[in-house]
Amino acid sequence: MSWEQSAITITVALPLVGAAAVALVPRRNEDYAKVLALLVSIGGFALSLAILVGYDWSERGLQYVASVPWIEPAGISYTVAIDGISLPLFVLSYLLTFLCAVYSFHHIEEPGRPKAFLSLMLLLQAGMAGTFIAFDLILFFVFWELVLVPMYFMIGIWGGPNRQYAAIKFFLYTLFGSVFMLVAFLAVYFAAPERTFDLVALQQYGAAGEFAIGFQRLAFLGMFLGLAIKVPMWPFHTWLPDAHTEAPTVGSVLLAGILLKMGTYGFVRIALPVLPDAAVEYAPLIAVLAVIAIIYGALACLAQSDLKRLIAFSSVGHMGFVMLGIATLTPLGINAAIFGMVAHGIITGMLFFLAGTIKERYHTREIAALGGGMLKTTPRLGAVLGLVAIASLGLPGLAGFWGEILALLAAFNPAPELVAAGWLTLYRVLVVFGAVGTVLTAGYFLWMMQRVLMGEPPERWVAAPPEDVSPIEWGAWAPLLVLTVALGPLPFLVTAITDADVTSIMSAFGA
Amino acid sequence: MSSVAWLIPALPAASAVVIVALGRKMPVGGAEIGILSLATAFVLSLVLAVEVFGANVAATTSGVGEAFLHTARVELAPIGAGDSLFAGIRIDGLTVMMFLLVTFVSLMVHVYSLGYLHGDERFTWYYAVLSFFSAAMLLLVVSDNLMLLLVGWELVGVSSFLLIGFWWELKANSDAAIKAFLTTKLGDVGLVVGVVALWGQFGTFDIAAITAMVGDGVQAGGAPLDTGLLSFALIAFVLGVVGKSAQFPLHTWLPDAMAGPTPVSALIHAATMVTAGVFLVARLYPLYSAAPAAQATLAVIGAITLLMAGLLALVQEDIKKVLAYSTVSQLGYMVAALAFSYTAGIFHLFTHGFFKALLFLGAGSIIHAAHSNNLRDMGGLAKVMPTTFATFLVGTLALMAVPPLAGFWSKDEILVEAAAAGGYTGSLVLVVGALGGALTVLYMTRVLYLTFAGSFRGEGHPHESPRSMTGPLVALAVPAALIGLVNLPVEAFQPYAFSAWTMFSLEYWQTHPIAFEPAIAAVAVGLALAGFLAGWALYRALPLGDDDPARRLGPVSTVLAEKYYLDRLWTDLVTRTIVRDTAAPAAVTLNDEVIDRAVAGAGRATVATGRRVYDDVDQRGIDGVLHGLATSTWWSGARLRLSQSGNVQLYAGAMLTGVVVLAIVFAVGEVS
Repeated sequence: MSWEQSAITITVALPLVGAAAVALVPRRNEDYAKVLALLVSIGGFALSLAILVGYDWSERGLQYVASVPWIEPAGISYTVAIDGISLPLFVLSYLLTFLCAVYSFHHIEEPGRPKAFLSLMLLLQAGMAGTFIAFDLILFFVFWELVLVPMYFMIGIWGGPNRQYAAIKFFLYTLFGSVFMLVAFLAVYFAAPERTFDLVALQQYGAAGEFAIGFQRLAFLGMFLGLAIKVPMWPFHTWLPDAHTEAPTVGSVLLAGILLKMGTYGFVRIALPVLPDAAVEYAPLIAVLAVIAIIYGALACLAQSDLKRLIAFSSVGHMGFVMLGIATLTPLGINAAIFGMVAHGIITGMLFFLAGTIKERYHTREIAALGGGMLKTTPRLGAVLGLVAIASLGLPGLAGFWGEILALLAAFNPAPELVAAGWLTLYRVLVVFGAVGTVLTAGYFLWMMQRVLMGEPPERWVAAPPEDVSPIEWGAWAPLLVLTVALGPLPFLVTAITDADVTSIMSAFGA
Repeated sequence: MSSVAWLIPALPAASAVVIVALGRKMPVGGAEIGILSLATAFVLSLVLAVEVFGANVAATTSGVGEAFLHTARVELAPIGAGDSLFAGIRIDGLTVMMFLLVTFVSLMVHVYSLGYLHGDERFTWYYAVLSFFSAAMLLLVVSDNLMLLLVGWELVGVSSFLLIGFWWELKANSDAAIKAFLTTKLGDVGLVVGVVALWGQFGTFDIAAITAMVGDGVQAGGAPLDTGLLSFALIAFVLGVVGKSAQFPLHTWLPDAMAGPTPVSALIHAATMVTAGVFLVARLYPLYSAAPAAQATLAVIGAITLLMAGLLALVQEDIKKVLAYSTVSQLGYMVAALAFSYTAGIFHLFTHGFFKALLFLGAGSIIHAAHSNNLRDMGGLAKVMPTTFATFLVGTLALMAVPPLAGFWSKDEILVEAAAAGGYTGSLVLVVGALGGALTVLYMTRVLYLTFAGSFRGEGHPHESPRSMTGPLVALAVPAALIGLVNLPVEAFQPYAFSAWTMFSLEYWQTHPIAFEPAIAAVAVGLALAGFLAGWALYRALPLGDDDPARRLGPVSTVLAEKYYLDRLWTDLVTRTIVRDTAAPAAVTLNDEVIDRAVAGAGRATVATGRRVYDDVDQRGIDGVLHGLATSTWWSGARLRLSQSGNVQLYAGAMLTGVVVLAIVFAVGEVS
C-alpha cells in the first residue's frame, strides 16, 4: 500500500500498538514506560505533521483516503480520510499527547504506575485521533466510544478525592448521549436511499434533500443529544466540572484539549451536512443555549474558589462561542468554531497544565489558600499563568480572540435559511449578549489573577518559596505558549487550512 | 516615505520584545532601547507629517486634488466564502497628527521615567510595557480597518491595565487596574457590536470602503443604505467612546487609574489612550456626519461630562485626581466638539495632549519632591522648584485657555462651532462649554495656590527634580504654549493651517473654514477671568481640607464627595452586589441544585426503575429475557469496582435502551 493510502492508518495505529507495548514493559523497569511512551508520541506527532505537510493544498477535499470493507453484510467499512476540517484537530491531538508524555516525566499523580497511565494515554490518543479521520459512521462511533474507557480509568484511578463519582458520571452521562447518537446513525443508515454508513455518501444525500424533514428532526435530536453532552452544551455540562476537577493533569489537558472538540466536530462533520434541514430548525435553539453557556459559564466562574474548577467552568463559556459559530450555519461561523476549538485546546490545555503544577507546588488549588503574590514566589509560573489567562479571556493579539470575534461576526448575519425563517433579530440580540459575556469572562480571569498573582505573598511561601517552572515543564509548555502567541497575529495558521473545506461543506446552506 | 510608515508602530513593538528578552542585561535596564525606538519613530513621524502637509497644502492652495491618503494592506487570513481579514495601514492627516503626538509624548515620558522610576525593581518591565503601549496606540491610529483598530484598542487597554497595576503589591492598585479594564471593556461591548454591525452591513472592515459606500448611499451588494442600522452601529461605538475616553457615566475608572506611575498617567491617561475614543469618532467622521442621532448623542454626553467632571476636579485633594477629572472634562469638550466639527474636535485633542502631558509630568515632579500626592502636603514649591513651577504654569495657562496659549485656540474653536451649529445641542455645548471654561480656571487656580504659594506644609526638604525629568517638562512646555498657533483663524493662513494638514477631504476643508467670533472669545475670556478672581478670592488664604469652600456647600459637597454616587452604582451595586454576590451564586445554585440534581435524579430514577424491574418483574418469575437489563447496575456504579465486567453490563444496558429507542424512531419515521 502506498503512503497516501496507509498514512492515516499507520498514524492512528501507532499509539494503539504503543499502548500495548507500554503495557508490556516489565514492572521492575516501569520508568522505561515513560521513554517508550515519549518515543511513540513523538512518532505519532511526526507522522501527523507529515500528513499535514503532505496534504495537497491546491487540491483540497478529502485526501489520504483509504477504504476497505469491514463488516460487509451490515455495510460497515473502514473508511478514513482527512481534510482541512479534520487536520487542525488531528494534529493538535498528537501535539497534546506528545506534550503530555513529556510532562509525565515531571509528574504523574498518585498512585503513579506510569506503565498503566501512559498505556491508557496512548489508547486515548488513538481514539481521539480516530474520531477526526473516520468517514464511516460506525467507525466514528467505535473511536468515539474507545475514548471513554481510558478516560474513565484515568479519572477513576489517578483522580482526586471524589474520583469515583466523577469518573462514573463522566462515563454514564457520555454513554447516555452516545446511545441516542448511535440510534440516529442507524436510523440514517436505514433511511438513506441506498443503505450506507459512508459519510460522504450520506452528506450527498443530505444535500440532495433525500431525508424527509420529519425524519431529520428525530435523527438530529439523537445526534444532538450525543454531541451536546460531549461538547458539553448548557444544560448538559454538569459532568464536566466534576470530571475536570478530579482528573489528573494529563487527563484534564486531553479532556479539555481534544475530547470536548469531538462533540463540536461531530456537529460540523456529521449532523449539519447530513441533516441540513433539521439543522436549520435546531440552529436557533443551539444558538440560544450557546449564549446561555457563555453568560452562565462566566457567572459560575465568578463563584468558584478552586482554581481548577474555575478553569473547567471557563470551558463551558468558551465552547459556547464555538457552538454559537456553528449555529450560524455559515462558513464564517464554522471557521470561527474550528478556530475556537483549536485555540481553546491550546489555551485551556495550558491552563490545566498550570493548575496541575500549582497544585503540586503549593499543595492546594484553593484560590484563597494560595493567597496571592505568586509573581513574587514563583515569578515565572506566575507570568505564564498571567499570559495564558489573558489569552483565555480573548485578548486580541493572542489565540483566544479570533474564535470569539468571528463567531460574533457570523452571528450577525446567519445563514439565509435562518434569516428567511425570521431568526435574524434573535441572532443579532445574541451578538450583544455574547459580547457582554466577554466582559464577564474578563472579570473572572482578572479577579483570579488579582487573587493568585498579585499582592504580597503569604509568609509561608516567602519563607520557603516553591520551585519555579522546571526544565521539563518548559519543554512541555513551550509549544503551547508559542502557539498561544502566534495564533493571534497569524490567524491564517488555522483558517487557511480550514477555509476551503468549510466553505465547501457549508455550501448546502445559503445556496 | 508612506511605504515605510509601518515601521512607526513596528519599532516600539520590536523594542518591547527586545527589552523583555535582553533588558535586564543592558546598562540602563532596557530603557535605552525604548528611547531609541521612540526617538526614531518620532523622527519618521515628523518626516511623514511634513510629506502629508506638503501634499495637502498643494491641494488647499490650488483648490484641486484630494486630501493625502495612502493605504496598503496584506491578507491576514481567509474567513470563509471568499471573505478575508486584512492588516493594513492608512496614512492621512489624522494618522500623522496622532503619530506626532503619540511618539513625541511617549518619547518624553520614556526619558522622564529614567528619573522617576530610577531604582524601581521592575524598571525593565516598565519600559517593556511602555514600548508595547506605544506600539499598540500607534497600531490603533494607523489601522485602515475596523478589526485591526479593535485589536489596537484592546491592546492599549491591556497595557493600561498592566501599568495602572504596576505596583501590584498593593491591592488598591490592582483594584484600580481591574476597574479600568472592566469599565472600558464594558464600553467595548459597544465597540464590538458596532464593528460587527458595520461588517454585517457593509461586508468589509475597510474604513475607506465603508466611507465611500456611505457617501454613495449604498451598503453591501449595492443595496440602498439602511441608515437606521448605520446609526445603531455608530451609537454603539459611542458606548465604546464613553468607556475608553472616560465619558459620563463610565468615567469612574480614570481617576482611580491614577494609581499607576505618574508618567504613565501623562502618556496613557491624559495624552493618548483616553483620546482613542475621540480619535475613533474623528476617523469615522464622514459616517457620523451622516447620522444626526449619533452626533446629538455625542454632544449631550460631552456636555454632561465636561461639566460634571469640572465640578469634581474642584474638590479633589490629590493633585493627580484634579488633573484626572480635568482630563475627563477636556475629553468631554472633544467629544462634544465632534458633534459639530471634525477639526475642532481633533485640534483640542492635539493641543490637550501636549499641555496635559506637561501638567501630569509636572505633577510627577512635584510628587517626587513632596513625597505626597496630597495638596495639603504641598505649598511654597515655586521657590524650590523653579523649572517645574515655570513649566507647570505654562501648562496651566494653556489649560485655562489663556490667549495665546494652546488651549485658547482649540477651546475657542469648539465654542464657535457649537454656536454656528445652533439648535438644542449647539446651544447646550456653547453654554456648558463656556461655563466649563470658568470652572477649569477655578480648579486650576486652586491647584496653583495650594501647590506653589505660601510655605511648604509637607515633611522633608523638597528640591528640584533631576534633568531627566525637567528636560521633558521644558520640551513639552514649548508646544503647550505655541502649538495652538498652527490653527490660527486668519484667512490667509488657512491653506497652511492644522485644518489643512489633518483634513480628510478637500471639500470638507473648503466648506468648514476655521472661524473666529470676537464676541465668543470675549465672553470666554471674561468667564475665565471671573473663574480666576473667584479662585483668587477663595484660595489665596490657602484654605485646606474641611475649610475648602467647595466642601462647604452642604448637600452639593456630599454629592461631589460621593462622585455623584457613580462608583457606588458601578462598583458596589452592579459589580459586587448584582454580578458577584447575586448572579454568580445564583448560577452556581442553578447548576448544583437544579441541573445537576436533575441529572442525578434521572440516574436515581433509573436505579429505582431497575430495582422495581428486578424485584417485581424479574424476581416474580419472569426469568431470562430481562435478566440482562443491566440498567439496574447503572447508578449503583458508585460501588462498582473498576472491572471490565461492569462496563460490559453498562454497554449491554445502553445498547438495549438504544434498541428500544430505535424501534420508536422507526415507528415514527414510518408514520411521518
